Amino acid sequence: MSIVLSHVNHIYDEDTAMAHPALIDVNIDIQDGEFIGLIGHTGSGKSTLIQHMNGLIEPTSGHIFFDGKDIGEQGFNKKTLRANVGLVFQYPEHQLFESDCFKDVCFGPRNLGLPQKEVELRAFEALSQVGFDPNYFYQSPFDLSGGQKRRVAIAGVLAMKPRVLILDEPTAGLDPKGREDILGLISSLHKEMKITVILVSHSMEDVADYVDRIIVMNKGRVAFDAPPKEVFSHYKELEEIGLAAPQVTYCMQDLATAGFDVDTSVTTLQEAKEEILKALSKC
Amino acid sequence: MKEMIRTDKLVFEYIRRDEEGNVEGITRAVDEVDMSVSPGQFIAILGHNGSGKSTLAKHFNALLYPTEGEVYVDGMRTEDGEHLWDVRQEAGMIFQNPDNQIIGQIVEEDVGFGPENMGVPTDEIWERVDESLKAVRMDKFRKSSPNHLSGGQKQRVSIAGVIAMHPKCIIMDEPTAMLDPTGRREVIRAARALNQVENITVILITHYMEEVVDADRVFVMDKGKVVMEGTPREVFSQVEKLKELKLGVPQVTLLAHELRKSGVPLPNPILTRKELVDALVGIRNSRKK
Repeated sequence: MSIVLSHVNHIYDEDTAMAHPALIDVNIDIQDGEFIGLIGHTGSGKSTLIQHMNGLIEPTSGHIFFDGKDIGEQGFNKKTLRANVGLVFQYPEHQLFESDCFKDVCFGPRNLGLPQKEVELRAFEALSQVGFDPNYFYQSPFDLSGGQKRRVAIAGVLAMKPRVLILDEPTAGLDPKGREDILGLISSLHKEMKITVILVSHSMEDVADYVDRIIVMNKGRVAFDAPPKEVFSHYKELEEIGLAAPQVTYCMQDLATAGFDVDTSVTTLQEAKEEILKALSKC
Repeated sequence: MKEMIRTDKLVFEYIRRDEEGNVEGITRAVDEVDMSVSPGQFIAILGHNGSGKSTLAKHFNALLYPTEGEVYVDGMRTEDGEHLWDVRQEAGMIFQNPDNQIIGQIVEEDVGFGPENMGVPTDEIWERVDESLKAVRMDKFRKSSPNHLSGGQKQRVSIAGVIAMHPKCIIMDEPTAMLDPTGRREVIRAARALNQVENITVILITHYMEEVVDADRVFVMDKGKVVMEGTPREVFSQVEKLKELKLGVPQVTLLAHELRKSGVPLPNPILTRKELVDALVGIRNSRKK
């Protein structure tokens, strides 16, 4: 299940005085089973980009191929595309609307035209996958905590059985434990169900801990597209475009400046710990 | 000296009702909180989602009234209706989503809205708009439309709107939750500047532990109660306890904690990168001798 963007441009309000480009010559190749972090400052084009990936927005020029087929072509079935590429928006819990959690999760698969039994099976499965307590299945989603609501919202997308899951800042507004839980959940969905995951985030620490590849957007263009270590080694350029490296990466830089023999490309806490212990043992 | 904010055994209960309006139960969101904030302090309130932080904060400018107990803002009891506008003017509030707080078509109009409502003379309104936008370093955008600003910039405009009312205290309820790293830095920098230069009391509610390191005092809430209280150093030295409360510590603090567990004799806690590097250099030097 690959998504390929080839020379994609998107200009908002084209042919008006207000025209401004949101995506400029974007070329991205996403393969099956990848776990990708998408970062960029506010207004860098991240949201526009992900909405292209399931056909909610069409490029003003360029092509997007899903499994080798051009999604802009006449006759391409957008409904299948949207069932396959699940998009979880920012603050997805604002979109919950049903009287109980179970019904809410049923909404997506029912819209796919599946038989009632299959719909309910999928809803049950999806709620279990996100680790939602069965005691609350028939409770109003509005009585739940922020983190629990978000689980229900994610389950609503999982029930569509997407093969690609795109999440726009799934941890915004959650407490540290809630953040860890949601990220752990996403990571296990990726590992166990082999879903391709694209995670939009403002937290460099989260991205560094979980993803295999980072795409950095800046002013509508792809600024970097590489594994975390490589991307964060450009921390100076990242700062110029409103981003940063994880705190531990800076620590290692400081330590190297202070004369410690440590690897400055470290991006996670575990690696940092090992590097420091190694460096200390040499003293 | 009068306290900026004081709560005495503050209790707030939500009454839950079913669809027909029958009472289903009562949730105690704030449970006997005694808190006192002196003028000019920088206070941080931590706590997991649903711990009662926001409910508590809404008492500080009379958006909510206590079920039991009392809240005083600058000596005024919030429940006394006669003080309502004074309380709201003295204690300004900033919320999470900047888009919900901006109403003006252009930045200066938005910032002038508060003082205009207070009946400030026109000339003075413009003076206040000027100085508030300068305080948050947004004076360049005076004539811009808020729609064209980034999240961090919008949030700074919201802050300017509060400053223009000349408050003694600003309460910020997760002001950085929706922002990118630069936006976050800008907003926290603006909050610190207000506190240090203008001597405005700041109460910051946040889920980002890094933002708390420079606070004068930290309160940690759980189930409506204040369960920990102290300087950032005192609070962040208890990594395990914070984890139990579904919270964390800054990444450097956690790194130091992990290293300490592996036998590296680091002081507890380490709050900044510089402290960590200095401590490690110290250890290296002592080993060389």
